[in-house]
Amino acid sequence: MAFLEISALSKRFGRTEVLKGIDLELEKGGFLVLVGPSGCGKSTLLNAIAGLEAVSAGEIRIDGQVVNGLHPSKRDIAMVFQSYALYPSMTVAQNIAFGLEMRGVPRREREAAVQRVAALLQIGHLLDRRPSQLSGGQRQRVAMGRALVRDPRVFLFDEPLSNLDAKLRVDMRTEIKKLHAATAKTVVYVTHDQIEAMTLASKLAVLRDGALQQVGTPAEVYNRPANLFVADFMGSPAMNLLPARVAGRNGSAVLEVERDNEPPIGLRMPPAASGAALAPGQPVILGIRPEAITDPAGADRGSAAIDLVEALVEVVEPAGSDTYVVTRAAGKEVIARMRADADVRPGTRMPFAFDLSKAVLFDPETTRRLF
Amino acid sequence: MTARAESGPVGGGGLGRVVIWGLLLFFAFVFLLPLFVMVVTSLKTLDEVHAGNMLALPQHVTIAPWLGAWGRACVGLSCTGIKGYFGNSILMVVPAVAISTLLGALNGYVLTKWRFPGHKIVFALMLFGCFIPFQSVLIPMARVLGILGIGNSILGLIVTHVVYGIGFTTLFFRNYYEAFPTELIRAAQIDGAGFWQIFRRILLPASGPIAIVTVIFQFTNIWNDFLFGASFTSGANVPMTVALNNLVNTSTGVREYNVDMAAAMIAALPTLFVYVVAGRYFVRGLMAGAVKG
Repeated sequence: MAFLEISALSKRFGRTEVLKGIDLELEKGGFLVLVGPSGCGKSTLLNAIAGLEAVSAGEIRIDGQVVNGLHPSKRDIAMVFQSYALYPSMTVAQNIAFGLEMRGVPRREREAAVQRVAALLQIGHLLDRRPSQLSGGQRQRVAMGRALVRDPRVFLFDEPLSNLDAKLRVDMRTEIKKLHAATAKTVVYVTHDQIEAMTLASKLAVLRDGALQQVGTPAEVYNRPANLFVADFMGSPAMNLLPARVAGRNGSAVLEVERDNEPPIGLRMPPAASGAALAPGQPVILGIRPEAITDPAGADRGSAAIDLVEALVEVVEPAGSDTYVVTRAAGKEVIARMRADADVRPGTRMPFAFDLSKAVLFDPETTRRLF
Repeated sequence: MTARAESGPVGGGGLGRVVIWGLLLFFAFVFLLPLFVMVVTSLKTLDEVHAGNMLALPQHVTIAPWLGAWGRACVGLSCTGIKGYFGNSILMVVPAVAISTLLGALNGYVLTKWRFPGHKIVFALMLFGCFIPFQSVLIPMARVLGILGIGNSILGLIVTHVVYGIGFTTLFFRNYYEAFPTELIRAAQIDGAGFWQIFRRILLPASGPIAIVTVIFQFTNIWNDFLFGASFTSGANVPMTVALNNLVNTSTGVREYNVDMAAAMIAALPTLFVYVVAGRYFVRGLMAGAVKG
């Protein structure tokens, strides 16, 4: 039995259904990231787990115990908020100890616990300050300290890094990952940042309009997205999604992608889809990540499914570590990710290496992944 | 023109500035003149008051009128000064301000952080209470005080002022707490704090500015109230404002303008004191509520 179990959970505000029958499980010590665009219901789901929002139907179990009717303070959870929610009139030490104080822990034990957590988070020198005297990163640490000190069964994080600047966000991300590795606590983490989601999660749940789109490891979600929404949402730059058509050529099936003023691109079937029953003429959507389209010299030598395609380079965007090259097919921009030192000039024609072993196919009707 | 004066947009100087300063000085003069007359008159002997110019400075400064107003002047038939009535006002204003401010804070807390169905209607009704003319409630209020058995008493005045202050204090605190982050309340709930603990430990310590605004507002209103004092109390129970009126209207003997002025100054001192001590928070607090709320 999983440590945290959510079954058939739904939440309505008036007539709007913000959570539509969510089923999720998380093993003890797991790191579940709920990710999705704003308004997808991820924060509502977190608040439901915390007990800050009552649910309309369904069940939440922590360690086998149904917690639906329990007050937040009785669920043995701790939460880190987006705004940190530090009590402005208390010092850092008082902030961290408040939860213990409310639970009647004696002063001496409280002080010891605060010292322990402060050492872990390296905020020992800040204990006598007030929240207004701290920087964003320090506030973030205090907020985590407040959660850690109670040693709860489940940690809940509500977009904890979104108020930090870019560099600090990356640092704190690593910090959270280290902390999780060190404490082996069960975590549910909400973010709209898909990179944060990928790097932190042991289990990833993608939400959209209150419904789960896909649950899996970050690699599963990234490499084999369940539908077009997940494919488009996860990854930056986003996956190239090209309308294509199944065609028969010399007795074997190929994918044809239309182009303006040029013959269509013919690509072999992705190995995962070969031998499958795809009728000639059937429309599909080819999903291929930018890193699977490279310059020929940068292509994955281990891959057995590389097709070279001559195409016009429209835009070149050097990003330091890589160079993004934009061409056009099926009326859409196609982004390729090439080596930083690849010799590419806009306006010229060059061969693009498509690694079909990393491509997936979607059904344009249902938007689901076919292969 | 010095560089120091040049704040604000470029090109706003010259004649416009002269007019603005002129008007400001004129109005300051108009408002300060009565105060000046009161102060100098209260420091003159009665002979000097009768003989001299109202605006002239006192030739022999004396505090006798102040002492007289405090301990000897006749209010109605008793000639024990205004000290007893000053005490009445203190006994009335301190509990009335404290209770109405605390209740306002509590109402604001519930109306923003513990919302219940119909909270908007409750707030609208309280707001409506702010706009009821006091004259229209005099007779019902007198009846209620009579039923409660606290007519003609300071307790009755306290109850009256608390009841009619709650609308305003609730309005102030509600708007202030509206801008108070709800995440803090949620964090405290998860930490295990209950309704009263959140109020006392989290919300009240963060309410300094609005508490000062409310206290000044309530103190000034209640201290300066004449209508309720004159309507619901009489004799030895009247507050300072009513006593001052009675003092000035007492028709026995010579009219002592210097004593009247001193008594009026004493009546005005507590509100002045509150403004001087807490006034700088007043505008700040009002703005905090206005901008964020």
